[in-house]
Amino acid sequence: MKPQRPVGIVGWGAYVPRYRIKEEDLAQAWGRDYKRYASGLMVTEKSVPGLDEDTLTIAYEAAQNAIARAGIDPSELGAVYVGTESKPYAVKPTSTILAEAIGASGATTGADFEFACKAGTEAIQAVTGLVGSGMIKYGLAVGADTSQGAPGDPLEYTASAGGAAFVLGPAEESVAEIVASYSYVTDTPDFWRRAHMKYPSHARAFTGEPAYFHHIMSAAKALMEEMGTTPQDYDFVVFHQPNGKFPKRVGKKLGFTKEQIEPGLITPIIGNTYSGSSLVGLSAVLDVAEPGAKILVVSFGSGAGSDAFHIEVRDRIVEARDRAPRLEVYLRRKVYVDYPYYARSMRMYVMPSDVGAY
Amino acid sequence: MWAFNPSIPPIKREMPSRYRLEGFECHDCGFRSLPPRQVCPRCGSRNVSRVRLPRRGRVLQHAVVHSAPRGYEFYTPYVLALIELEDGTRIFSQLTDVDPEEVTQGMEVEAVLRKVRVGGHGGPVAYGLKFRPVLER
Repeated sequence: MKPQRPVGIVGWGAYVPRYRIKEEDLAQAWGRDYKRYASGLMVTEKSVPGLDEDTLTIAYEAAQNAIARAGIDPSELGAVYVGTESKPYAVKPTSTILAEAIGASGATTGADFEFACKAGTEAIQAVTGLVGSGMIKYGLAVGADTSQGAPGDPLEYTASAGGAAFVLGPAEESVAEIVASYSYVTDTPDFWRRAHMKYPSHARAFTGEPAYFHHIMSAAKALMEEMGTTPQDYDFVVFHQPNGKFPKRVGKKLGFTKEQIEPGLITPIIGNTYSGSSLVGLSAVLDVAEPGAKILVVSFGSGAGSDAFHIEVRDRIVEARDRAPRLEVYLRRKVYVDYPYYARSMRMYVMPSDVGAY
Repeated sequence: MWAFNPSIPPIKREMPSRYRLEGFECHDCGFRSLPPRQVCPRCGSRNVSRVRLPRRGRVLQHAVVHSAPRGYEFYTPYVLALIELEDGTRIFSQLTDVDPEEVTQGMEVEAVLRKVRVGGHGGPVAYGLKFRPVLER
């Protein structure tokens, strides 16, 4: 897919909370042997939201960083879209709070997107369409989550907190042009959360081949075919990263090398930020990519689908890069917490004030 | 059964200052403060306008709250601080992303948006700017 007029990323920004919990501590909390039970996920620790953080506060800081790099007035944003599966309100848009807080409220469109882990890239597709058709000049697309994983479930080893935001605009103003994209969806019930349920359910091994691998490979191959490219044409590749293992395996299957994958592989040290996952990886790549670099990004969202993007880095990236903190700044500042703090942060405990039992 | 929910009108009314640090400036005596006002409390002038205050400052004084008022129990212990912003404006705010024992006088801080109060399982979420130690870039 290509828009009528070229569209690009004008500014990018990421955010990861400062708290971390080690995988060994998660395993120990449920009496499990980490090496036997969880080390195969190839994630050593994961980020944990602070007590006063949620998807909105994560989206806010990522958006502030993206706007700073874009160097635009937030009132020029014609779209504020937040992709997430951990909305602070079930009914009330996260996007309106974000728009108000960043100074973009008023004459703008706003919506929350939900598509499991690819809601953020789905928001990018929507903004690309609006900018590409000339309806708006700039739009903001965010992927952020305080990911849910049931206590004791394998998901608990990876479900983490973080996100990334992108200001999209005309390609001539961009730091990286989104040259083309390809989206691929099917009805695949690999992972879901029914209404009123606190934690998601998943189909264990079924989340692999028929879900993650099939959709990512279908979208990646189709986009490369449309563009007439091969894996060797890309400097970087970023896949959705539910753990440390899948992105490496899918990359190898498609013919990408370790050197192309690793700069954007962040999950092993912060866990899976769900809607933020591939976008945090893209932020990490934009933090280091030089003008002329080609990037392939392929997200995956359960349920299921993938968005693939062919991105080419432009000269403006050099001046934009240091207008906001790089991802590594957030990765460096970390404080380890224990399981009781984690349980508190994830609101596993019911407080008297939660139910009015004063 | 009832939950202690934050009141909605003040949440809406205070958004400009709580979300974006919008205060006021007196054009006669130069006094700046939060929240926006129509009359300068220092000189009585009505010659005032809204201004967005700087997002960085330093801690002048602080106190650690262990026994919190209703609605804030979840966050204890937390730190309240008197902060002098870069333009000299003094404001009162919570600190976040910092252990209470790490807070020092003169500590440089910057504004971040965080949850301030949450109305139980079904009430509104009130967000507002808090301050954290400046990120080491």
